[in-house]
Amino acid sequence: MAELSMPKLNVPAAKTNSPGGSALIEIESLSLYYGASKALKNISLNLGEKVVTAFIGPSGCGKSTLLRCLNRMNDLIDSVRIEGSCKIGGHDIYSPDVDVIELRKRVGMVFQKSNPFPKSIYENVAYGLRLHGVKAKSELDGRIEQSLRNAALWDEVKDRLHTSALGLSGGQQQRLCIARAIAIKPEIILMDEPASALDPIATTRIEELILELKKDFTIVIVTHNMQQAARISDYTAFFYIGELIEFDTTAKIFTNPSKKQTEDYVTGRFG
Amino acid sequence: MSAPQAKHFRAERFDFWSFFFSGLTGLATLFIIGILAVILVNIVYNGWSGLSWHFISTIPQKDFFDIKTTGVLPMIVGTAFRVIVMTIFVIPVGVITAIYLTEYAANNSIITRIIRAAVNNLAGVPSIVFGLFGLGFFINFVGKNMDKLLHNPSAVWGQPALIWASLTLAVMTLPVVIVATEEALKAIPPGLREASLALGATKLETILRVVLPQALPGILTGGILAVSRAAGEVAPILFTGVAYYMASLPHHVTDQFMDLGYHVFVLSTQSPNIEQTRPLLYATVLVLLVLTFALNIVAIIIRARVRKKLRALG
Repeated sequence: MAELSMPKLNVPAAKTNSPGGSALIEIESLSLYYGASKALKNISLNLGEKVVTAFIGPSGCGKSTLLRCLNRMNDLIDSVRIEGSCKIGGHDIYSPDVDVIELRKRVGMVFQKSNPFPKSIYENVAYGLRLHGVKAKSELDGRIEQSLRNAALWDEVKDRLHTSALGLSGGQQQRLCIARAIAIKPEIILMDEPASALDPIATTRIEELILELKKDFTIVIVTHNMQQAARISDYTAFFYIGELIEFDTTAKIFTNPSKKQTEDYVTGRFG
Repeated sequence: MSAPQAKHFRAERFDFWSFFFSGLTGLATLFIIGILAVILVNIVYNGWSGLSWHFISTIPQKDFFDIKTTGVLPMIVGTAFRVIVMTIFVIPVGVITAIYLTEYAANNSIITRIIRAAVNNLAGVPSIVFGLFGLGFFINFVGKNMDKLLHNPSAVWGQPALIWASLTLAVMTLPVVIVATEEALKAIPPGLREASLALGATKLETILRVVLPQALPGILTGGILAVSRAAGEVAPILFTGVAYYMASLPHHVTDQFMDLGYHVFVLSTQSPNIEQTRPLLYATVLVLLVLTFALNIVAIIIRARVRKKLRALG
């Protein structure tokens, strides 16, 4: 278990709060509806800076939906309605004056299915940089190399930067997507089951990468793989049918959970 | 596994209905191919002897019914010119409409449904009605008012002209481009759009930099279909720009023009001597076919190059 950078939380799960307001992400009484059905029920959760937080729970529990609230990807679905508040760095990201473009620049995302653009490896990483105004070739080259190095991909692709990204293996494509996300220097990286489509070796590489990235970024990861959550996360939130059941340090969730449901899930008795 | 057991899996009875149905579908296909072959062989066989460099490079005299002296250069130029001008109009308008329908319009709103119904109905309107529409709208309304605004002493825009014929054809082929573009846009994986948006791209940036480049081959397919449809059409240009005879080639979009398809109609209905005109008619039809193929092949080559580029790099 990595050393925890936040004090241990032992307040009751449903009203979990981080002490001293040092949390980077503060979710408060957040509910989300798809049309009439309520997918997230009154979630309150504070996530600290430069730690890895895992969202676990059975399919349909709302963990991906909550993740997508954090960079407002749910805005793309017309029927979605959100109540409550979600603050990042003290600012409510759902307030009308928020620039969604700026928010997504600060909160990057890596998806379940690796989705590189059908462009060259170089252009994939350059895409976000160009969007945010980096034009000079030397600066682009430098930041692309740095991002690929940070994503542990540089050595494998440095000789074929200008070939199609679609020629990479699944694991390499996913690391390219991570490189693309970190190129624009976000503060937070959201990962939606980033290794679920990868083989065990590629998964290990992604997990090592996440532990490395934790030094510079705040990471929130949704995963179905409980061993993965146990290996890489500092904090774990367990969701069940739209509710946050328990949120605590990963060590506590996996060894001594306070709720029966959490225990049943992490020990594999249901889910 | 031993041989007798393997035999067990073989069909023992002759399945009449399977045989009948596969035979029927094969015959239907053969029938279509047969008709096409008869048309092509007939035209090439009878038209070939009439073709000569003189024939395709000569501007004919007003009495153009003798194959020894006549030519079809103005018709080739006129047909190619109107198809190209049409393409310039129909592709942008069609693509922008398709982008609105797939990317912006709420999927099942009243407005979207009305636009889709209008597009589908547009595809079903007889082409002669487009000709009348072109005359009424483009020439008598748009053209005449342009002349009024520009204080032209005599009609420049308010008369049949290549631009109005091309625009009429563009309206006619609009559904083809819209439908092809919509299909191409829908085929793009949603993950690519999400990836772009999650990097902080606006919707417009996502459409311009990720969606449209990917959809380009599909859009060009729409263009190819529109060109094929328009090249041989006569009815829409009948009142909007085609001329029975022009002594010179069209130089400007406000000129009238001669047209291969219309010329075939003229040759087959206005000739004083049918026997004398027959080889000329065949040769003209052959030129129209070759020109249509040529325009198609240009578009297909462009599409192949785009595809290759997308596959290699993008």
